[in-house]
Formats: sequence, structure tokens, C-alpha cells
Amino acid sequence: MSSLKEKVQQVFDEPGCGKNQGKSEKERKKGCTKQLTPGAAAGGCAFDGAKIALQPITDVAHLVHGPIACEGNSWDNRGAKSSGSMLYRTGFTTDIRETDIVYGGEKRLFRSIKEVIDKYNPAAVFVYQTCVTALIGDDIEAVCKAASAKFNKPVIPVNSPGFAGSKNLGNKLAGEALLDYVIGTEEPEYTTPYDINIIGEYNLSGELWQVKPLLDRLGIRILACISGDAKYHEVARSHRAKAAMMVCSKAMVNIGRKMEERYGIPFFEGSFYGISDTSDAIRQIARLLVSRDAPIDLIDRTEHLISQEETRAWIRLEQYKPRLAGKRVLLITGGVKSWSVVSALQEVGMEVVGTSVKKSTAEDKERIKEIMGDDAHMIDELTPREMYKMLKEAQADIMLSGGRSQFVALKAKMPWLDINQERHHAYAGYEGMVDLVHEIDKALHNPIWTHVRKPAPWEQAGDGAEPIVIPRTGGAALSLQLH
Amino acid sequence: MAKVLTSKKACSVNPLKMSQPIGAALAFMGLNRCMPILHGSQGCTSFGLVLFVRHFREAIPLQTTAMNEVTTILGGMENIEQALLNINSRAKPEIIGLASTGLTETKGDDVDGYLKLIRTRRPELASLPIVYVSTPDFKDAFQDGWAKAVSATVEAFVEPLQSRAPGSVNVLAGSHLTAADIEEVREIIESFGLRPAILPDLSGSLDGHVPDEFSPTTIGGTRIEEIRAMGGAEVTIAIGSQMWSAALALEMKAGVPCVLFDRLTGLEANDKFLAYLATLSGRPVAARYRRQRSQLVDAMLDAHFFLGGKKIAIGAEPDLLWSLSSWLAEMGCGISAAVTTTQSPVLENIPTDEVLLGDLEDLEARAAGADLLITHSHGRQAAQRLNIPFLRAGIPCFDRLGAAHRLYVGYRGTRDLTFEIGNMFIANSHENRPDTWVKAETADEPRAQAAAGCSEKRSRGHEGSVRHSGSPAGGCPLRLGEESRDLRGLARGASFR
Repeated sequence: MSSLKEKVQQVFDEPGCGKNQGKSEKERKKGCTKQLTPGAAAGGCAFDGAKIALQPITDVAHLVHGPIACEGNSWDNRGAKSSGSMLYRTGFTTDIRETDIVYGGEKRLFRSIKEVIDKYNPAAVFVYQTCVTALIGDDIEAVCKAASAKFNKPVIPVNSPGFAGSKNLGNKLAGEALLDYVIGTEEPEYTTPYDINIIGEYNLSGELWQVKPLLDRLGIRILACISGDAKYHEVARSHRAKAAMMVCSKAMVNIGRKMEERYGIPFFEGSFYGISDTSDAIRQIARLLVSRDAPIDLIDRTEHLISQEETRAWIRLEQYKPRLAGKRVLLITGGVKSWSVVSALQEVGMEVVGTSVKKSTAEDKERIKEIMGDDAHMIDELTPREMYKMLKEAQADIMLSGGRSQFVALKAKMPWLDINQERHHAYAGYEGMVDLVHEIDKALHNPIWTHVRKPAPWEQAGDGAEPIVIPRTGGAALSLQLH
Repeated sequence: MAKVLTSKKACSVNPLKMSQPIGAALAFMGLNRCMPILHGSQGCTSFGLVLFVRHFREAIPLQTTAMNEVTTILGGMENIEQALLNINSRAKPEIIGLASTGLTETKGDDVDGYLKLIRTRRPELASLPIVYVSTPDFKDAFQDGWAKAVSATVEAFVEPLQSRAPGSVNVLAGSHLTAADIEEVREIIESFGLRPAILPDLSGSLDGHVPDEFSPTTIGGTRIEEIRAMGGAEVTIAIGSQMWSAALALEMKAGVPCVLFDRLTGLEANDKFLAYLATLSGRPVAARYRRQRSQLVDAMLDAHFFLGGKKIAIGAEPDLLWSLSSWLAEMGCGISAAVTTTQSPVLENIPTDEVLLGDLEDLEARAAGADLLITHSHGRQAAQRLNIPFLRAGIPCFDRLGAAHRLYVGYRGTRDLTFEIGNMFIANSHENRPDTWVKAETADEPRAQAAAGCSEKRSRGHEGSVRHSGSPAGGCPLRLGEESRDLRGLARGASFR
């Protein structure tokens, strides 16, 4: 456990983290996970975070060492898509029992690894530590090492038990596992001056595929995406990339920074959400590659592609302007997405009446102010009750948020759109932004809203109520006025 | 008599089972103005919450004591105390249901003791009804957690009463019943002029309705006064054998005699139920149920052509497995594979040779050659690979709408289920072709072998993965079995997801 403690401390000390840079030495040591309030906490654990970050690696068997809850209650529930192997969607768990608690679970784990390799022959096995097995002192590192040697197959320990902290910490501990055991362990067959890594992109709903065609057109090769639609060997060979883009900076900043430190791969933080952000990201990739000796014409080709794609996107968005102008959006989401989406929504004439900044860094907040002006309604923490009140009082026309607050909006009979990880639509790149606006339009203008908001006839108040007209034989229609 | 086997595998692949604490939590969600809490790390709650949100498509009240490494080792009393205080002041629940998890059970927290101390220390909590249940993740399964939570609720709140209120009936509802099932049971009982108190009652809380205001706790479900008054009922009806221990607890505590209906799907099962209610109430069976019975009989006549002789593979918790497999067997189907999650007295009566306590990998292997797969939504990948029709039953059902409103009980529910399954076979039927009978004889032999249970190693590789072992010749003629299936079902192009 001491090694886990060190790791957590290391991760907290991340110099690449913008928030960390502003802290004193003492504050940094304390770490960045807020103490959770019992009875008022929401969100996943460190194991959840590690699994989210690594499960998108498709040809790997993800084996959870713990009681049934950790895998049995949660498997196959994330939207990361694969272009090849479906093995990552298979749930593997040691499902430890009372006797394992008493005698230790290491033997069961070792046998499980053997069974998985025998039956499924994965590219590698990732073994996830959980609270209970950590508490009883199962040494998964040792078991993985032994299994790896015995079966001649990478068996990677992911030491991120749930009780170590939050989902975000788990993302980073997953990154550490890749840095310690995977990245740099294999060599690519060949390299090109156009090889990049994309870090922190999980290919949810296939979003990577909204961006990849753009890079393909420029001849830029994704050596590894960590971890969306990735294959194990791609990640193992990713240290030969010329440049890297960090997509979700809060999740895996440690991978980008350490790969720069170890292998000299420069990286930048960017986003594929929003039109100008997508353009910026592609521009930065091109610049970084050129700075590492890619032919200079890449810059011009990139600018050409950007202007072509931007024009096309704006033309397609134009049709939505009259329908969306003046509509008010409440945006509840984390970090980067906030400001990247805000600018895009404003471009089609929508008004963002509030945005959450719970997960945003100081920098993010500055950007939001820049975009939305000083009177920006930044919400640090909004309880479901407050959210409900805001929507019920119609202070917004639509809410964009994660699935967790979905029913707050729907029960207030307000349009809602999912923009978090469980969503079914892809919103990245130019295509994605057009799709997002299309989905907003669809949600806002669905005819159900007028119907569901109307009270039942017998609940309508007094004289103002519309009479119910029923045709009948023998004279005028029957007009009912209920009281 | 079925043999009940336990899987010998070290690694569970594609779990069928879910954990006890969330079973307990769901039972607590059937209580009115309740806030369930899991005593564990925040992930325990978060996974359960997401699972239920996806199943019910509703906001789910479920909190956590947010244990971390240090508090686990030092003991979780302070976290429980904080959680109770926070929830009491913010959500103002009328009941709190607390369930332990693998983490806190491994450490060995004495929660009963903690609660006593907390109540004396915190007068504001002294009168708040709190029920605690011990549900380690590393033992038993979802259904057991539900059953234990109901027993604990009975133990905590039911009061022995001097007088029996004529016509009042307790109903203890198992976790295999949907909100619609509970509604149906209530209507049937009320049609005899009886007054049922149903515990837990998901039909009040998780039936998917739009409340007038926002509440962080459950809205609807069994009220605390109703539970307290259960000691004064004439009788307790347990539905599902998982409810038997709670029914006995109620009898021990308040002397209310209990009866068990281990299933309410099927013609005779419902005949028994209605006959009992008629006797209990002294009233005749209402005309609408006589009519519905007749409709079910007609449905059986119409549907037996399509269901007779079909092989069904089912993966479900014991009571649901019992309900579905018994009814399908009564309709002439063969239960070719039965996989379940936990021990239960009903298992040995399942109309099949073997019942395996296993996972969906086991079910998929045993389902080779079956005509229909029945399990929860996680069976979708297996159904696709098997290329057979797939009926979703049980929790979770996250890829179809209206899971809470599926009706499986009563004459009506049985009728609709029968039609639904019959329609799946009709939709998946094939037309004969010139070559339909060409190889039928050679293909039939391995079919029989496949049905005889050669299933340990599937020849069909996992999608996208290279198989190490399990070559078609690996002692298992499933490849041929598949061939025969393909022959017999040339028109089965559609994939059922």
C-alpha cells in the first residue's frame, strides 16, 4: 500500500496541472481531492475512474479483482466504441467470496488470469485493484509479474482501489499504470514525421472518428489514441510519436507531461468541441509536427482544410439561427467542455444563462469570462433542488448536462440533452458541432412540450380554462367546462 | 428434480449476478420518503445509482457514507453519523435504510452498535426510523440483499398488535416483481374487498410518474405507518420464495400467519392465488378475472403451436428463473439451459436437468442450439453472437423503454408474456426451401449431442479475439450443431439485439 500512497502523492504533485501551479507547496502536498461529505456525495470512485480511462483499449481483457459489485453492477455500461476487437466489452471479474477474504485472493486472481488468457487470448490483461482486495493486502503487482512471466503475456496491474479517492484520481492512476508498464515497451514497425498521440480521448459514441478523417486528409497518423479505440500495441509504441494533443486535460495530464519528460514529445492542451476549438487543435498539431521537422507545407494544407471545413460547418449551422436565436441554455458539465461549447452555442444565437465551473480550472474560468462577459453566470455547485427550481421557473429553455441530472430537467418538463459520457450522440469536430446544434433544435422544438405542460382538463383552473368540445349528433357540439 | 451446480471457474466472465447491497437499496426504494444509504466507498453507491437510473429512467435516491482508506481502517462510525445528520437535515426523509458493503464488512464495522451510540449522542436522530441490514458484496446476490432488507424492515418497524383488522392483508413482494406486477397484485387482491399493505412497493415510487415537486427522497412506496400496522393484518402473503424469511420474521414478531406463492405467472399458479383470496375473503372471483382466465386459456391454445418443443435458455435470479421456466415448461417448451446467481430452495424444482450458479459466459455456452435466450440486458452481446431471439427479463434492462411496466403476473400478465414469446418465434420462423431437408439427417446427430450438454468450450470464438484453444475438433461438436441450426433456420437473417 505504501507504493499506492506514493503514487497518489506524485499524482497530486503534478507540475503540468494548471491548478497546481497556483498552489503553495503545502497546499500541493495536501492533494486536490476534496474531502467528501458523507450523505451528500456524488460521483464515482478511483476504480471507476481507472476503468473509464483504460477500458476503451479494445483488445485487452479488463479483469476486475474484487467482489461482484465492482464489475457485476457496472459492466458494459460505457459508450466507448471500437473499430475492431469487442473484447473490451466482455466483463471479467474474480468475484471474490468470503473464503477469499479470509485466505487471500491472490490465488484466485492468478487462476483467473490463466483462464482469461487460455480462453480469450487477449493482447494483454489489465488487472484492476479494488477496495476489498486492497484492504486484505492482495499484492496484485506481484501476481501480475508472476503471471506475465509464466504466460508470456503483458499482465498490467492497475492499482487504483475505489477508496483511494475520486474518479479523477483514478483517471490519473490509470495513466500511471500505462506509464509504468505499457508505454515504451514495444517499437513501432515504422514511423513518419506525421505521427501523433491523442491523449484523454475515449472515443465515446465514436467521436474520434469525427476527427480522424480530418487528420487523414492531412496525412497525419494517430500513432496512439490513449485510450479511445486503441489497441494494446499502439499504446505500447506510442513513445515514438512526434507530438501529442491532450484532450481532457484534467484526466490524463500526467501522461502528456511525463511522455514529454521521458521521450521529448511536445504536447498541447486542446479540445475538439466547438468549431474554432477544433480548428485551433488541428492548427496546433500541424505546428508542433512542423517544429519537429515535418515538411513546412503541412501548415498551408492545414489552413486550407480549416477554412474549407469551417465554411461548410457555418453554412450548415446557418439554417438553425432563426430557430435557435434567443433560446436560453443552462450548461451543467465539467471543465473544458464548458467554454468550448459556450462559444459554439453563442454563434448560433443562443444565450447561455449559466454554466457550471465545478471541474474547471482558474484558466477555464477566465476563458468563460472572456466569452460570456463579466456577468457570466458561473455556477459552482447546483443542488438538484435548485436546478429543478430554475427550470420550473423557466429561467432556461433547455438544459445540457450529464445523465445524472437528466430527470431533474425532464420532471420539470424542460428539454434536456445529454452531453456526458453515457450519451448516444457524437459531438466532436465540425461534424459533431453541427450535430449538437441539430440535437438541441430537435429537443427544443419537439411538439411534446406543449402537450405535457398542459394540465389535465379536470385540473385546469376555473373560467380561463379552454372548454372541451365534443361533436355529437342532433345539433351543436357539446362544450364542456370543468370546474 | 434439477441438479444444482456451482461454477468451478476462478474468473467470472460477463456477470449475471449483481451485488447484495444494491438489492437492499432497491428494496428500501420501495418505502415512502426513504433515503437508502450504502455504507462504503462512494463508488459502491455510484455504480448502483447509474444502474438503476438506466433501468428505471428515473432519478434515484441513493446516498453514501463516502468511506476512504483511512476511515475504513479506523471504523466508519463518524461517517455514518455525518451521513445521517446531513441527510436528515437536507432531505428530511421519513425512513433511512442503511446497507453495508464488502468494504465495511471486510473491516468488520459494528453498525448496530454505532447506531445505538449515535442515537444517544444525537437527539435529533433519536426518533428517525432507521433500518440497517448487513449485506457484504462478497456473499450472496442481489435477490438476497433485497430479501434481507425486507426482513430487517419487518424486524425494525412492525409492531405486535392486539387486534386483527379483518380484511387487511400483508403482501411481501419479491425483487422479481416489476412495478406493473405489484400494481396487478394489488388490484387482484382489492377486487376481493381485501386491503393489501405491500412491502416493498416499487409501484408507488419507481413506476415512472411526474411528481408535482422535486424530492431528494423516494416519492411513494410503503408508508412507515403501514409497516407498523402490518402486525395487525389477518395474514401475510409472501410472493417469491425469497420473501419467506421476511414472512416468518413477521409471524414471529406479531403472530400474523403467512402463506407463500412462489410464483404468479401461469394458469394454475393464478388459479391457486385467486382461489385462496376467494376463500380468505369469502367473496367470489370477480367477473373480470373469470374473463381473463378464459383469455389466458385461449392464448395457450393459440400459442402452443409456436412454443411447443422450443428450447429456451434462461439466466435469471432464482425466483424469476422459477416463474419463467415453470410457465414455459407448462407451455411445452424445454428449458435447455438455466443459469442463476444464488442458492434458493426453488432451484431443484426448475424443470430442467441442471441449474448452474454461474455467469453469462456459462449461459452463452449452454445456449448453443437454443431457440430463445432470456436474461437481463447484459445478454445482448451473447444473443447477437448466438443469433437467436432475445427476451429481456430482470434487472438491469437498460436498452429498452418501460422496464418497470412489463407485466408478467396474473392471468393478464401471463397472457401477454405468452403472446410476446410466441410472436418472437413467429417473427423468427423460416420458410422451407428446396435444400431444407438435404442434410437434415447428418445434421441432426450432433444436434442431439449438443443438447446433451457439451458446452464447456465454445468453438465460436469471442468476437474479434483470437481463440487459443477450443478448436472445432476440441471434443465439442458445436460447430456442427451450429451448422444444423443454420440449415434449419436459413431465413434467420435478422439479428436480435
